[in-house]
Amino acid sequence: MLFSGLKWWTSRSLWIHRLHYGINGGGKARYSSCSPKVCIVGGGPAGFYTAQHLIKARPDVAVDVYERLPVPFGLVRFGVAPDHPEVKNVINTFTQTARHERCSFYGNVNVGKDVSVEELREAYHAVVLSYGAEGNRRMGVPGEDLSGVYSAKDFVGWYNGLPSCRELGPDLSCETAVILGQGNVALDVARVLLSPIDFLKKTDITQPALEALEASRVRRVLIVGRRGPTQIAGTIKEIREMVNLPNTRPDMLAADFEGVKESLQDLPRPRKRLTELMLKAALETPGEKEQERREKATKVWGLRFYRSPVEILADPERSGRTAGIRLAVNKLEGSGEGARAVLTGEVEDVTCGLVISSIGYKSLPIDASVPFDSRRAIVPNHMGRIQEAPGLYCSGWLKTGPTGVIATTLNNSFDTARSVMEDMESGTLNTTGVKLGSQSINALLENRGVKPVTFSEWEKIDSEEVRRGEAIGKPREKLLTVEEMLQVAGK
Amino acid sequence: MALVTALRRLAHVKLREYAWRTAAVSSGSWLRSQRSFTSGHFLRSDNKVTVHFVNRDGEKITVKGSPGDSLLDIVINEDLDFDGFGACEGTLACSTCHLIFDEETYKSLGPVTDEEMDMLDLAYGLSDTSRLGCQICLTRSMEGMVARVPESVADIRQSQDGS
Repeated sequence: MLFSGLKWWTSRSLWIHRLHYGINGGGKARYSSCSPKVCIVGGGPAGFYTAQHLIKARPDVAVDVYERLPVPFGLVRFGVAPDHPEVKNVINTFTQTARHERCSFYGNVNVGKDVSVEELREAYHAVVLSYGAEGNRRMGVPGEDLSGVYSAKDFVGWYNGLPSCRELGPDLSCETAVILGQGNVALDVARVLLSPIDFLKKTDITQPALEALEASRVRRVLIVGRRGPTQIAGTIKEIREMVNLPNTRPDMLAADFEGVKESLQDLPRPRKRLTELMLKAALETPGEKEQERREKATKVWGLRFYRSPVEILADPERSGRTAGIRLAVNKLEGSGEGARAVLTGEVEDVTCGLVISSIGYKSLPIDASVPFDSRRAIVPNHMGRIQEAPGLYCSGWLKTGPTGVIATTLNNSFDTARSVMEDMESGTLNTTGVKLGSQSINALLENRGVKPVTFSEWEKIDSEEVRRGEAIGKPREKLLTVEEMLQVAGK
Repeated sequence: MALVTALRRLAHVKLREYAWRTAAVSSGSWLRSQRSFTSGHFLRSDNKVTVHFVNRDGEKITVKGSPGDSLLDIVINEDLDFDGFGACEGTLACSTCHLIFDEETYKSLGPVTDEEMDMLDLAYGLSDTSRLGCQICLTRSMEGMVARVPESVADIRQSQDGS
């Protein structure tokens, strides 16, 4: 019902939009060649929020968004958990932006390969890099490459239909899974592993992932962090979802919560409420109803604190397979958000057949011409202005590192757009010269045999996905390969 | 509890459908030329409730809404230009419709659910009298109330992952 309501809304606004702008397919009204032209690299939330603010702030700016995949929306499509459709409502705003007459979307263009950043800077007055954090932080422990060990980034990409993760085929035949890291991505993975299949069936999770999860024998998921309960990275909504997840019960160690109750009063409200919720799940004797619920539960989830991975243990009988994980026991030095985990020298082994490392995403450099801080894995910038590169800006995770919720990206992208505007107004950014924008880039791409996917062509993919989803009671069934996306787009 | 939340959301969407279907989108409202109207639009104007918003520049904007509209509905219907406001379209999945009230008004707004508090906890510039605009439905007793849009905080760098 929720979905049908939304869909109806979307199709209606589409209709109104066409009425307003005319049904013109991919054709956009060409703005005067003198208008400032801004190029955005990456069609995820950071790219679209930056575009939105730029278009709004000045009536003459034209914005082109380039995206590597044929489909837009980045992590909103490929990162946000399938059971969080509400978060995906931001797509409606992005769609309004993309349909704006001063905005164009070009999917299937790999900047850095099909076209260089230098060429974009030549064609546009300003270039904003917002291509996110597609890299993966490695644990750097022996056994990391054993079969049965996956990065959360790939695991999430797999159940969300990211083409490059289509063949992951995770082995879910074991009973216990260990997730390293306690951020929201780790909690999403835990929830997807333990959710009743009937819940997931009604989401846009891919059909192959749904089938694999239906056959999954994973019954117990441990979510491991190197520090304590008051340093957990995940947010309260995601912890509450675990607490309320049907057919599961919490399994925590009382020792992990020693002294935590006493420290509650000094915590700021968000941290305090989050800690109280975990304390309740971990230590309190549940009421009769909750007791009954827990007794009936066939699956278990647990947070494990003060533990760091030392080694993934191989199965002596099945070579190359994961049989467990060795964890180092930590203690904390200092307190609060800045507390550091230090090894105690003690280790413990946990038997498990599945290890998912969720210790963070990481941005990668795109082009040798763009400054990059490899230690912090961001582009060095001041308020989105890339240092020593006039006309070059960044927003989103590339700017701040891979943290925060959608509102964080929204704010940081608006800030970058403000910097661009300020520079245009102060003259720091010269917009007097005529730039050809997409006209010259499209010519380059054509010579190189690259066929960009426009927003109206994405809408064909979108309709096809929604149509396929409808047939099986899902909001959409995603196309899983770039080839199929291009085919449906008519390329 | 999850079920309760789901039901709440359903009811919410149903109630709001009329308002949302033509203009659901936050600061995207500037992108459209259409305006939406809640059912209250058809009532006589003296049934309306006056609300004062104070925007991020400290400017006071006075508008009227119908009883039953949420404060987010009013922002959308009146095309108020609060950047990024209501990103998740009133489904309790973000904190961008965060508003701050004076203490007396805050007390009169009634109880806050855990789910709203959870989202508020992620809001920029959280105060003791913060609420989400999507969760506050206008009643006649709210006549003349003042709701302040908090300033967004630039470039927060909290460590959210890899604890």
